[in-house]
Amino acid sequence: MWMIRAVLPGVWLLCLLLGLAPTAQAQQQTGQGQALLESLDAPSYDAKAEAIEAIIVSGDERSRRWLDELLGGKLQRHKDTGRFVIVLENRSRNWPVIDALTFEDAGEMSRRDLDRIGINNALRGQLQSALAVLDLYTDDVDDRRDAARELLGSVDAPMVEPLREVIASEDDAEVRRLLEQALAIHRLEQGEIEAIADLEGSLNSRVRSALNSATRSDDPLVADAASAALADIEQRLRINSGLETLYFGLSLGSVLVLAAIGLAITFGVMGVINMAHGELIMLGAYTTWAMQQLLPGQPGLALVLSIPAGFLVAALAGVAIERSVIQFLKGRPLETLLATFGVSLILQQLVRTVISPQNRTVVSPEWMSGSLMINEGLSLTLNRLFVLGFALVVFACLMLVMRRTRLGLEVRAVTQNRAMARSMGIRATRVDIMTFALGSGVAGLAGVALSQLTNVGPNLGQNYIIDSFMVVVFGGVGNLWGTLVAGLSLGVINQVLEPWAGAVLAKIIVLVFIILFIQKRPRGLFPQKGRAAEG
Amino acid sequence: MSFLSSLADRDHVFDFLVPATSPVDVRHGPILYLEDVSVSFDGFKAIDDLNLTIDDGELRCIIGPNGAGKTTMMDIITGKTRPDSGSVWFGSRHNLLTMNEPEIASLGIGRKFQKPTVFEALSVFENLELAMAADKRILPTLTARMTGEVRDRIEEVLETIGLEALRNGPAGILSHGQKQWLEIGMLLMQRPRLLLIDEPVAGMTEQEMERTAELLTGLAGKGKQSVVVVEHDMGFVRSIAGTVTVLHQGSVLAEGSMDQVASDPRVIEVYLGADPDEEAA
Amino acid sequence: MWLMQPFNEGATRLFLGVLLACLALVTVLHLAVPAGHPLHVSAYTVTLLGKYLSYALLAVAVDLVWGYLGILSLGHGAFFALGGYAMGMYLMRQIGDRGTYGDPILPDFMVFLNWDSLPWYWLGFDMPWFAFLMVMLVPGALALVFGFLAFRSRVTGVYLSIITQAMTFALMLAFFRNEMGFGGNNGLTDFRELLGFDLRTDATRLGLFIATGVALALGYVLCRAIVASKLGRVSVACRDAEARTRFLGYRVERFQLFVFVVSAMLAGVAGALYVPQVGIINPSEFSPIFSIEIVLWVALGGRGTLYGAVIGALLVNYAKTVFTGVMPDAWLFALGGMFVLVTVFLPRGVAGLLAYRFKGQGFKRGSNETLSHDISKEASA
Repeated sequence: MWMIRAVLPGVWLLCLLLGLAPTAQAQQQTGQGQALLESLDAPSYDAKAEAIEAIIVSGDERSRRWLDELLGGKLQRHKDTGRFVIVLENRSRNWPVIDALTFEDAGEMSRRDLDRIGINNALRGQLQSALAVLDLYTDDVDDRRDAARELLGSVDAPMVEPLREVIASEDDAEVRRLLEQALAIHRLEQGEIEAIADLEGSLNSRVRSALNSATRSDDPLVADAASAALADIEQRLRINSGLETLYFGLSLGSVLVLAAIGLAITFGVMGVINMAHGELIMLGAYTTWAMQQLLPGQPGLALVLSIPAGFLVAALAGVAIERSVIQFLKGRPLETLLATFGVSLILQQLVRTVISPQNRTVVSPEWMSGSLMINEGLSLTLNRLFVLGFALVVFACLMLVMRRTRLGLEVRAVTQNRAMARSMGIRATRVDIMTFALGSGVAGLAGVALSQLTNVGPNLGQNYIIDSFMVVVFGGVGNLWGTLVAGLSLGVINQVLEPWAGAVLAKIIVLVFIILFIQKRPRGLFPQKGRAAEG
Repeated sequence: MSFLSSLADRDHVFDFLVPATSPVDVRHGPILYLEDVSVSFDGFKAIDDLNLTIDDGELRCIIGPNGAGKTTMMDIITGKTRPDSGSVWFGSRHNLLTMNEPEIASLGIGRKFQKPTVFEALSVFENLELAMAADKRILPTLTARMTGEVRDRIEEVLETIGLEALRNGPAGILSHGQKQWLEIGMLLMQRPRLLLIDEPVAGMTEQEMERTAELLTGLAGKGKQSVVVVEHDMGFVRSIAGTVTVLHQGSVLAEGSMDQVASDPRVIEVYLGADPDEEAA
Repeated sequence: MWLMQPFNEGATRLFLGVLLACLALVTVLHLAVPAGHPLHVSAYTVTLLGKYLSYALLAVAVDLVWGYLGILSLGHGAFFALGGYAMGMYLMRQIGDRGTYGDPILPDFMVFLNWDSLPWYWLGFDMPWFAFLMVMLVPGALALVFGFLAFRSRVTGVYLSIITQAMTFALMLAFFRNEMGFGGNNGLTDFRELLGFDLRTDATRLGLFIATGVALALGYVLCRAIVASKLGRVSVACRDAEARTRFLGYRVERFQLFVFVVSAMLAGVAGALYVPQVGIINPSEFSPIFSIEIVLWVALGGRGTLYGAVIGALLVNYAKTVFTGVMPDAWLFALGGMFVLVTVFLPRGVAGLLAYRFKGQGFKRGSNETLSHDISKEASA
């Protein structure tokens, strides 16, 4: 029965809004739907405006939907039969439609037979306010908030009193605040200086445009106050955009950290240059894609399962590379670099041949799409937030493995003194394999995360390998904390530079910066000191 | 006052007028002089208030347990490591702390590393050629020609170190002991004033050790080179040493003849272990 | 005279003899044998061989720094491309008003981008002597600045490899930008003539081929002279024991810088000879994968021998031409496989095999043959 609650006061309010006397209430029960719609299909926009008013004051239960569909261009009329229908989908040649009067299924109609009931911008504005007012009475809080937001800047004198009543009976604070602002804009338009106080700090663009026009007010006091409020708002906006840049920077940085942290283990701890690291990332991403192919319709489950699967696939691939190539090139880092580069070419071509040279799209599960709204000017996309969190979790796990487990202890022992560790009964070969598997597995995890942000293709890894090396070298080889700090800060630097330099130039500047930085501090941000480091 | 008197001295050249590569001034006796030198790595004091004086032409042995700071001391003298505090003088004119490694090397301080590092891909002869004191800038090196004088000098050193027969073979095929001698030969090619030699006999056979002892004692002497040897092998030290300095935890623990320091109870405690009887075991 | 020194070496005389004989043979087979005869060498093949020879010169330049100095540059493609761009800029200016838009000064792509005037760095490239000077000076200057910074801070080994790769990557990104004024994505192309010779005629193509061969011979002799001098022995010393060399009083960083700059200039010359033969220069020459491919040529041929680099460049590029013609998909497999096999099973390359076969026949040379220990040992320290 919400329609009654919604429509009756709404109609009353709308009548005020439109400057009509609520006289036509008698019509409402007669259900002359066809006639009302007929009048909409008028040749002139003025006539249509009148027809819209007529529909509103009719109080017909169907009017909400009619107006909505009219606004969306879905309310159409059959050319021959004159039947009014609502188009559900306008993709192909034949459109599925429902009857506009009964809302019952009316089969499909050829789009050639249908005529849209056109509207112009003036009508659009009228419709939006009318719908907003109607929506102020719905039960859904989000709808009411949207409706209130819609009213910002479109309040007329007759609406003021009814809106006050709505505010008084409204439970939701946010709706009340928005409506107060809507009223304040109206008061400001009347030249009321106190209204500005109510608008301060709002980040809504309509509030800003209202304040903006107020700065051109004839009353110097109002103009000054509006300018001051506007300056304050712009300050907040700058902070917001700063926060946004920081977020994007951290997000990019977390990707860099994920891509580089596996490298920090294999390169930093083992001293092995693995140019195929990027392709291990790619394998992780393809694992996610394959998992989704295996579990169609369950992208969320597939993604969660991909985390261990991606780790395993990449780790196994890593072990294969270690056993087949790297172990023969111990202590020859430059040769290792070349050989693993060859491996990376082979892996890339393998994916191109076996799967496809084209990019594959990995679906994001529902709980990862959308965004988290911090305030009206700032919302954080969820997938990036997840990747950021994931990167931190992976980092924390790695730290735990290196600090708290037997493997970590053995890895550190072998790193510092191979011969000594061996003589103490540590099987250095086994440690090498485990370390390489760990580093490669983490690359796989990076791939799983990356599949949520970008397309999965054979070149995916190539795009990250140089960046990853830069991060590791910048952070200081052999230092996981350094990798974290370096990755995040490079991400942020990149995003800060991007607005004024452009994406490509920003990347170039960052590369040049790192090249120069390494000249200054060849051992990175957090160098290992002392004799051992110089070997 | 000494400044005024130095002004009156007609032979005196102002210090700032002395070119950096001028001959080392040993009129006052010592050729190497370390005073209150300290250095630490990550909070660990590798060298702690070290004072050491080496006289011109002296053969000095430096011993000490692992971690006593022997290698770090060498690093400081050759400019590889900068001390946190203290001063290091070569003769009474050259402040080594203001110079970099090549400058110090060209002053006449030669160093032999623990691990023999010769250029294995080059022949013994070429190793000595590269080590020779010569104009080491790029273009002179590019256009350098082998003169009779150079050849004679190389042959002379080859004879000193006893590797004449192997002169054209790659240094990579030399035995461990031979590499050590080649290293010493390379140092000699630079006509150094001070030789720093790090563990010369580690891994050598008995005969090689004897041969090395002869070589080293022949090198040191007034007007020739001063030699500083860092060594673990007590027998070897006893066979060559004039003066022995014992380092412990980055500073000098004892100094004197081998017999003197060997009977010093503090040395016995830190170097030979708390119980002297354990040495036999 | 140290430059004449290599002519006393049997191996160098043999190399030069074979090279010049090949040049002469190709010339004769192209000019004297009628088309259609099975022994005829077409103009297309001549140009292809000319391209290989410019690659060979590039490989020699890389071998000079990698084989003798132990510096694995993954950015030599950048020097090659810069030399190529310098040549390309000259060739663009030579087009004059014969371009699509008919502008007497501005190249077509600048007219297309609505540029009013030539950027300052394009000035002077209409004069051949200036352009040819820049072919060497621009890569040389980049190598000088980059090397000065890197070697002064003792950045060597894998660190240097990685930042040279970053350097060429950054340059690639930069040259892709239209704003740089080098034709962006498309690069420089549609060349017409070089020093008044029409680039599309067979005679010019043959001339370029011979010029490239002669340049390779000269570059080879220059590198050989450097390697055979005392400076060459110092380079090997730097390669095998950098710290030790420094203790002998050599300013290692200056020697590294000198050889690096010479090598970059040679790479620039190679690029300049490459561009008129293939008819285009674009940013893909800066791509890291190309630079690393050059290293493979040297590794396959056998580093530290110079002639090995030439053999490697010719072999790999011939294989590439054949493969990409017959089964393009397999090329990356083959290339990747070569990287792995050469580094694991053939660390001394084809030249190592040759030296093994012809031991004592003039290929023996102390500094090159004892690669049994590892060149990059220093880098791991």
